[in-house]
Amino acid sequence: MSITTVFESVLAALVLGLALWTIAVRETYSATVGFVAYGLMVALIWVGLDAIDVALTEAAIGGGLGGIVLLGAAARLRDTESTAAETPNRMVRLGAAALSAAIAAALAIAILLLPDAAPTLAPAAVANAAATGLANPVTNVLMAFRGMDTALEKVVLLLAIVGVWSLASDQAWGGRPGPHHEADPNGVLAFLARLLPPVGIVIGVYILWTGADHPGGAFQGGAVLASMWLLVIMAGLADTPPASSRRLRLVLVAGPGLFFLVGLGGLCFGAAFLAYPIAHAKPLILGIETAMLLTIAATLALLLAGAPERSVPR
Amino acid sequence: MSAVTVFGLTAAAAVGLGLYGLITNPQPLRKLLAFNLLGSGVFLLFGIIGRRGAAAGFGNDPVPQALVITGIVVAFAATALAIALLLRLFRTAGSTTLRSDAPRMGRGADAPGG
Repeated sequence: MSITTVFESVLAALVLGLALWTIAVRETYSATVGFVAYGLMVALIWVGLDAIDVALTEAAIGGGLGGIVLLGAAARLRDTESTAAETPNRMVRLGAAALSAAIAAALAIAILLLPDAAPTLAPAAVANAAATGLANPVTNVLMAFRGMDTALEKVVLLLAIVGVWSLASDQAWGGRPGPHHEADPNGVLAFLARLLPPVGIVIGVYILWTGADHPGGAFQGGAVLASMWLLVIMAGLADTPPASSRRLRLVLVAGPGLFFLVGLGGLCFGAAFLAYPIAHAKPLILGIETAMLLTIAATLALLLAGAPERSVPR
Repeated sequence: MSAVTVFGLTAAAAVGLGLYGLITNPQPLRKLLAFNLLGSGVFLLFGIIGRRGAAAGFGNDPVPQALVITGIVVAFAATALAIALLLRLFRTAGSTTLRSDAPRMGRGADAPGG
């Protein structure tokens, strides 16, 4: 293994500094901005670790969309800061500091004492790549070797959206999520919301398609599509669909639905649940990923929009 | 020291900082930020293990990579749900304090019965 370069040491120091800032700074909004910057820097660390798939996901979902949802909440809750002055006493803080330092030290020692012949599943992933016809090992693991994880994760996304929607007040039940956005129709935001989506949609679909053989996939592509949709919504050019919309709900269950349908097909006609027939593995996986792309884009955007706030006339 | 070790120590520090912020900061939004920091440190530790397991022409073991991608998406979904709960608490109670003896300043807009 190589010696740390200057770039890598500066990157690690920057990430550490931003983490400290996020915890220590007084104002919540500044802390949130620090955390978003932290997320983007961590994406660079993932590039340094040669995990481009994770770097894309971290930048798009961890830092990008997660950053927007946290910043939005920080802006809305800005006035509550003075009322919440209940800092724990000195003893609690000292105890927490000791506990945190001990856990960090234990992890650091574990990192330093890792065995030299590191265990790895990469050869196994390569040896079985022919079974799916996809060359990107991460997509193979996500969609085939550990497909059950990904299918259940889609259910988690669905549960999260159900949870967010169920926080609507009685008047807004089944209504449109989030506040109504209005922007200057001749302003920069509206201009960008007209200019960027065609390009963004092509990039999102390309990231999905290239994910079969190169870094990319349904999550990263879905995050790009979600941000394009959000841009159009925030510029006031389109509105969020009402939560009671049947078409929207169909899109939300399309990804996990198709995944489980194919999985059950494997159970009936193949060896096991989610066992793809080898001759059709690639088209099946790409089909599931396409449905997942739509589901992920809609789910991520609606998770960001929040609970329904405006009722729709019936 | 190799770059992987440096990044690993950074990840360990992020876990410690996140845990400290989670315990000591009274504001729910700050707790959420701290918890995300903690989680990001744990994901990075996965990345370190995966990087050390580089083999068969890949710079990083694909299995931990896939697990982390799943983890990042689930963490985002949980954060969005927590934020929605927090905003709803603020709308109902008028503050975001987690204290059980906090005075209720409810506007009662959606709960006419109390």
